[in-house]
Amino acid sequence: MKETISFRLNGKMTEVLIEPDQILLGVLRDHFGLTGTKYGCGIGFCGSCTILVDNEAVRSCNMAISEVAGKKVVTIEGLAMDGKLHPVQQAFVDNDALQCGFCTPGMIMNATGLLMKNPDPTTQQIREGMENNLCRCGAHVRIVDAVHSAALEMKGGKKK
Amino acid sequence: MKKKEITTPVTLATSESSGMKRRSFVKLMGGGIFIFFNSWSVIELFGSASLAQDKSLPKDYNAFLLIAEDGTVNCFTGKIEMGQGIITSLAQMMADELNVPFESVKMVMGDTDLCPWDGGTWGSLSTRSFGPNMRAAAAEARGVLLNLASEKLGVPVARLEVRNGIITDTQNAKNSVSYAQLTKGKKIEKFLDVKPAVEAYTDFTYVGKSYNRADAVIKVTGEAKFTGDLKLPGMVYARILRPPSHGAKLKTVDYTQAEKIDGITVIRDGDLVAVLHESRNKADAAIVKIEAEYSISEMPVNDKTIFDWILKAESTAREVNLLGDLETGRKLSTNTFASEFHDPYLAHAPIETHTALAQLEGDKMTVWASTQLPFPLKDALVKELGFPPEKVRVIVPLVGGGFGGKSAYQQALEAAKLAKLSGKPVMVAWTRDEEFFYDNFHSAGVVKINSGIDNSGLIKFWDYNVYYSGTRGSETIYDVPNIRTTSYSRKKDTPPVHPFATGPWRAPNNNTNTFARESQIDIMAAAAGIDPLEFRLKNLKDEKMIACLKAVADKFGYMPGKAADGKGKGIAVGTDAGTWVAMIAEVKVDKNTGKVEVLRITCAQDMGLCVNPEGATIQMEGCITMGLGYTLTEELLFEGGNIKNRNFDTYEIPRFSWLPKIETVILDRKDQAPQGGGEPAIITVGAAVANAVYNATGARLFRMPFTAERVMEALKNLK
Repeated sequence: MKETISFRLNGKMTEVLIEPDQILLGVLRDHFGLTGTKYGCGIGFCGSCTILVDNEAVRSCNMAISEVAGKKVVTIEGLAMDGKLHPVQQAFVDNDALQCGFCTPGMIMNATGLLMKNPDPTTQQIREGMENNLCRCGAHVRIVDAVHSAALEMKGGKKK
Repeated sequence: MKKKEITTPVTLATSESSGMKRRSFVKLMGGGIFIFFNSWSVIELFGSASLAQDKSLPKDYNAFLLIAEDGTVNCFTGKIEMGQGIITSLAQMMADELNVPFESVKMVMGDTDLCPWDGGTWGSLSTRSFGPNMRAAAAEARGVLLNLASEKLGVPVARLEVRNGIITDTQNAKNSVSYAQLTKGKKIEKFLDVKPAVEAYTDFTYVGKSYNRADAVIKVTGEAKFTGDLKLPGMVYARILRPPSHGAKLKTVDYTQAEKIDGITVIRDGDLVAVLHESRNKADAAIVKIEAEYSISEMPVNDKTIFDWILKAESTAREVNLLGDLETGRKLSTNTFASEFHDPYLAHAPIETHTALAQLEGDKMTVWASTQLPFPLKDALVKELGFPPEKVRVIVPLVGGGFGGKSAYQQALEAAKLAKLSGKPVMVAWTRDEEFFYDNFHSAGVVKINSGIDNSGLIKFWDYNVYYSGTRGSETIYDVPNIRTTSYSRKKDTPPVHPFATGPWRAPNNNTNTFARESQIDIMAAAAGIDPLEFRLKNLKDEKMIACLKAVADKFGYMPGKAADGKGKGIAVGTDAGTWVAMIAEVKVDKNTGKVEVLRITCAQDMGLCVNPEGATIQMEGCITMGLGYTLTEELLFEGGNIKNRNFDTYEIPRFSWLPKIETVILDRKDQAPQGGGEPAIITVGAAVANAVYNATGARLFRMPFTAERVMEALKNLK
């Protein structure tokens, strides 16, 4: 049975008439055309599908659409504001913290969630916080650097 | 999404500004003074049925570039971008050769209708093999444009200079004309009789400088389109019924329950059973409702018995290198060594699974696919579907990691077949389970080495036997007077040895061969009582390797002996894709658990002229990080044709917590031709870590990966 589910998606109130058990990742990609959020493993293990739900980085591949009812969802497409990249996005560009780019949206969303909780993480905390996001190209070293420089930028400091 | 928007292949900018849409191409037509232009269809553009049919790079330089009216230099290549960064480095080379701004070069990649024929993106060949052809084309174009400018400006060519795509009279700065004004966006119908030389490195403006990824911005915003992100009107997602194991045959199938899902179409064509739905979630829900029975036929081999199985297989022995005489070498040796090394099957595990979208429009089949081989895929589609070549087009959008795994394209054949059968555009995007199951795995292999040294620690003979791991990286490298290298592979007309498909995996088999050789070298050094660095230098005559070793030792701050704090360091060298690599790893081993922690990896490489030092450094870091996987955890578990680890929870790839400190050195070799950069630094990781574990503990490791369990076993054997 379809239900109307309302939530805030990338800053806009949104309604969708849908079976409530539909996997969120599929709905974001198929229904809303938000293809920046990627399928990687389907079991919440690789982090390619990471989005923010009420400022918390979560996996959208093993979550039902009904779980975001009344909540605030942000995908990679909703990070940049007024044509300006979010500091985490900018830091990934500046630090060349990506190769194939497929895990990148998930990495950025996870890092953004991490910095919302801990605006000043140590290297160890960044590694722990990013641990469950997988990258096959091996961009890890630069991703850690990018999260550091984004943290600095967001605190109003200067980039490295 | 409008259909036209996805006719755009890989470009640096968004489709709006790329100037690469079909309708933009049409706009480029118009009158020109010297130059003709046909249209933007390949047949007319390049004047022959299809460049793809020639199986070689075209002679006409126009096939490589087209200067648009706005000055954009569209650069065509059949290579694809999968993270290795040629979208940036090839553009640098093109910009230098043409003397145009780097930012004006747009790469058009992996489109079989638009790009010159290409054998595929593998073997780190883009820079070293495609690069010179592209540069030669650009050099000729530049020469022709200078001639055209000379006529237009009334000034001899010798008085002209080019900067940023503008040709200027050196004696009258106001007398100038731009490339774009000369070409008006059209193909240039003039050629040079004598092909000009490409620029010397001393003239480079862009090559040799560091550039960040040209596709970075679209990749951080989610705007970048990978195959699975495309959508066509009426498109359906397919899920395909899969056998439980390789070699299983479908006996019965019942899809009545699946058909009950609203909007589902079931397709059955022989053994191919698929469900189609416009919602991916619904297709996923339907596929699990199909009940099927299979007859299982499995090879009596598993991940533990595979090495014996390989050694016992009926094989063909091929001598790939023979120097001197092994018996003579044996007689000169005072100490001989016999070792056997094992390497398991590995999965490529790119984060983007194999994905393809196929659309049949009239009698033309267009397939968008995540593959490293657009042109070979086109050939396969022609063969499988019976379509004429001019009716098949393959377009490769950005690829989410390949590592050799996307040299296979089964998913694209599936999508095309289903599109033909259903009459709808069909998206096939493999699940992670399918990705692991149908991977063309890195081959398991065995290497047996017999070698000997004399009293002074000089290697006197080297008898190298590699089974089912190919010859890449099997070169002896060291200066040994008596060598025999034998490669064993499947004998013709005998049953397959592997229970499933195998294929190239980043620096194919070089990891296996380098692990074996460099471990054996270390074993001999230890027996001779000579420091491993000194032993290598003593036995090397290869100047590039010596330079790399010295560079890496210097960067690492190498000191002979064992560190007092229980840390171990290990060295390994190797060559791959024309590049020389030397590496030192530092590890800590937990003697109670066997867990190996890699603390630091230092790597030096000689890759000839380095086009983009930043990009090359990233590739080295990527190789080192990915290399930790095959070194420490990655191993395919299987029983016959049944793959046991089918997701990242059981097939563990490197993570943030594993990160060692990584240091890289690229030797300055501007005067030499550029070589491969995407693979070399991965080959030495296994051996460097194995040798470091020995340095730390005295335990030798002969089988990758070095899991805690295997390290514990090696430690126990010491007692």
